[in-house]
Amino acid sequence: MKSSVITFPGSNCDRDMDVALKKFGFKNKMVWHDDIELPKSDLVVLPGGFSYGDYLRCGSMASKSKIMKSIINFANSGGMVMGICNGFQILVETGLVPGVLLRNKYLEFICKNVFVKIKNKQNTYFKNIDNDVLEFHIAHNEGNYFCTKDQLKEIEDNEQVAINYCNKSGNTEEQFNPNGSIKNIAGIFNKEKNVLGMMPHPERMIDPSLSGEDGSIFFNNLINNLK
Amino acid sequence: MKISVIITLKKDVLDPQGKVIHQTLDGMGFNNINEVRQGKYFEIDIKESDPKKAKDKVEEMCKKLLANLVIENYKIIDVQ
Repeated sequence: MKSSVITFPGSNCDRDMDVALKKFGFKNKMVWHDDIELPKSDLVVLPGGFSYGDYLRCGSMASKSKIMKSIINFANSGGMVMGICNGFQILVETGLVPGVLLRNKYLEFICKNVFVKIKNKQNTYFKNIDNDVLEFHIAHNEGNYFCTKDQLKEIEDNEQVAINYCNKSGNTEEQFNPNGSIKNIAGIFNKEKNVLGMMPHPERMIDPSLSGEDGSIFFNNLINNLK
Repeated sequence: MKISVIITLKKDVLDPQGKVIHQTLDGMGFNNINEVRQGKYFEIDIKESDPKKAKDKVEEMCKKLLANLVIENYKIIDVQ
């Protein structure tokens, strides 16, 4: 399986993502934002970081970079595109997934492990995962997912919510919401479920001696689903 | 031409920064404030002498980049 990780000026989780993808068997290529052509890929990842210093709105500048035209075409023709953290912010700015990510409710940069409940397993990202709850890491200042009431209805009707913040046992009550996101939303799909944006970082949970292994569950499952 | 644009958050979008500014002003003794909303201001010097065309271009910029219309409104406030 071939993957591409896009590096924007200010990306800083691109190499972690490269390490993670390779660990679970992807042949990964790093792709520069100013490139026009996307290498042949089974999965494209927009990594975390602070592309363009978060100027204007997080992800807004990166969403207009040269490589994004190819990525938007790739996504619209059914290609798998995953945006993590800043990558999620870039995805919402392209309009590939609905909504926006606002400043965290309590104006704090949040950096901690969180639990997320998988809401929808009828897709290539989460199909066949036994766990209902995974422990991932979040590190963001603008992760407060927001959309209009009409958009929320559409998102729910199309089962586009991918994961919700929860506690260890999968309770998704408001008290387990770290950043004020509507309905504890931590990640969403496009309508077709080939594009996934999420704030948590699975690539930070792939080594038991450093963190946890729930990211390993995610990546192992993902490459098997793609095969 | 120089065009000035302001971008503001839509009414029902939470503005935590505005809230904190409000609280701080309150703490400084400005205690007759109902609400503070924070926005953005842009001055765009555009190579265009026809005000209508310049305005249209800036409006397009607002829609495509300067504002995110899910949460923000834009308003051209000055054309010189």
